[in-house]
Amino acid sequence: MTLQIENLTVYYRTLRGDVRALEDTTFQVADHEIMGLAGESGCGKTTLGHSLIILKPPMKYIKGHVALDEQELPIHDMKRMNPFRFKEISLIPQYAMNAMNPTRKIGKMTAELLGSRGVNFDAIRTELMRRLDLVNLPDSVLDMYPIELSGGMKQRMVMVLSTLLNPSLLIADEITSALDVSTQKAVAEMLVEFRNREFVNSMIVVTHDMSILYQIADSIMIMYAGQLAEKASTDVIIHSPRHPYTKLLISSLPEVGVRYTETKLQGIPGKTPLLLDPPVGCRFRDRCPISFEKCMEVPPFMEVEQDHYVACWREF
Amino acid sequence: MRSYFGRKFLIYGLTFFLAVTIDWMIPRFMPGDPITNMLANFSVSSTNSNAYAEMRAYYTQLFGLDLPLWQQYLNFWKSLFHGDLGISTSQFPTSVAAVLLRAVPYDIFLLVPGILLSWYAGNKFGAFAARSRWLDNTISPLGYILTATPYMWLGILLAWFFGIVLGIFPIAGAYSFNIVKPTLSFSFIRNLLWHWFLPFASLFLVGFGGQAIGMRNLIIYEIEADYSRYLEALGAPTRLIRKYAFRNAILPQITGLALSLGVVVAGALVTEVVFSYPGIGYQLLAAIQGQDYFLIQGCFLFIIIGVLLANFIIDITYIMIDPRTRRGMTGETA
Repeated sequence: MTLQIENLTVYYRTLRGDVRALEDTTFQVADHEIMGLAGESGCGKTTLGHSLIILKPPMKYIKGHVALDEQELPIHDMKRMNPFRFKEISLIPQYAMNAMNPTRKIGKMTAELLGSRGVNFDAIRTELMRRLDLVNLPDSVLDMYPIELSGGMKQRMVMVLSTLLNPSLLIADEITSALDVSTQKAVAEMLVEFRNREFVNSMIVVTHDMSILYQIADSIMIMYAGQLAEKASTDVIIHSPRHPYTKLLISSLPEVGVRYTETKLQGIPGKTPLLLDPPVGCRFRDRCPISFEKCMEVPPFMEVEQDHYVACWREF
Repeated sequence: MRSYFGRKFLIYGLTFFLAVTIDWMIPRFMPGDPITNMLANFSVSSTNSNAYAEMRAYYTQLFGLDLPLWQQYLNFWKSLFHGDLGISTSQFPTSVAAVLLRAVPYDIFLLVPGILLSWYAGNKFGAFAARSRWLDNTISPLGYILTATPYMWLGILLAWFFGIVLGIFPIAGAYSFNIVKPTLSFSFIRNLLWHWFLPFASLFLVGFGGQAIGMRNLIIYEIEADYSRYLEALGAPTRLIRKYAFRNAILPQITGLALSLGVVVAGALVTEVVFSYPGIGYQLLAAIQGQDYFLIQGCFLFIIIGVLLANFIIDITYIMIDPRTRRGMTGETA
């Protein structure tokens, strides 16, 4: 088990009270697993991703444990967490296009960043060149300023940089959102390549794009309104989901070969609840077509089959 | 690169032409005329109407003010290209150039240290204040008060408190009035510094407050920027993040510095008036009061050249320190 998360609860502190963005989350990510983390906007997926590497205000740690390679991560302590960042757990941020200092040459910035973490840049230089080559970036990017690179090049540069120290866990946060479809595919394939070459051990790919996950993820975890809904292998999630939210989510995706001029694309009626004051019990209750009295209690995230976890009373 | 500078020079040339034209026009819009003022200075009584009319006609012709305006304008450009700024009417027969050259050292002496030191200290301090909430909450309001204080009022207050109440600093002049001729002696320099201190301190205080506030806001903005967050997520020490933030935040501050250095030769009008400090600002006020067309023109010409030069230096500096400008200059896009 690379990553084990137990009862992780993280809120956002706001003037109007705590926003309960992540509630009692328990799951594992195995060695070499690429786990897709999907859900609609505001479901807590980015909160989950970020709380594993940089949990700072307005985020507020409430409870829970995170263990990486059998070692407890002090995620609630910004300072004690620092030795793990970059080396054990790393991030490709959503804002990869702006992630590099605009007034430093990329090579110099990399050297300064590595130096500040006690890593000798010259010792790692050959490996860096090899990886730049792998993502089709010329060595000369190191002598360029970020502005001289295209969006896709910046994205790839950040991917290489983030994974340079071979972290055990990589969090890729919405990294394909700002790219066009063909670049998306290339970036997604690079992630798989990075895993296959063991630059990173396991990965959490946060996205709302199910089609990307279908291509690259080994497993998919679906979140809804700060709670986990379902986790299973990619095939199972796509073809035989068991949580009503997953079912509706999958069925609302467009299918290849179907013309939507005749049949309208289905959505899920209703809106996500506000997490400032979320409903008790299952948070999907109000929109769920099969809810019943039991849903007033929070359903546990239980393994209903081998590696298939569902949080729905109807399934137990 | 060539076309970039070509375009720049064209713009600067056009700006210079228009600014100087306006500079020539402005004094001529004033009611009254310089010769009347000049004769009043000579204590020529207008009761002796015959002699008065004759002198008036003589001087009007001497300064070329009897010509039609367009002719005056052309003559103005002609003599400007010969480096001739004319003769001051209010300080007749001193030439404008001589008046200005006498005043400029005082401006440089007062303003260059004032601007540079307040810029340096303000920026360092602003970056430092952005570091902790405690400092920010106590020092920033002080900075806001300093910048928001009407400068005249602060100047007068300083002059009153240190000059009148405590009596430790003089409140007027660049050196004591009983010194007839400046010399390069130790006692004269001490006297000079003693007179210099209050105007300098008033400029420094106000500049310091403004720079500190500006830097603090810029640093906070840069620290929230994506590249800072990325470094933080990768566990970079605060030292490195702050270093980058400072380097990026200093860019707009450099513009401000160059612009304020550009108007150095213009003097600090209010400071020089409050402390009766004989720089160009003080001369300009005297020139306006004396309807001295040529001296006003000369003062403004200095200001125009200073501002244009400063802008040009900013352009060059930016090309050197900011890669984004370097690319934009040649018309490339990312």
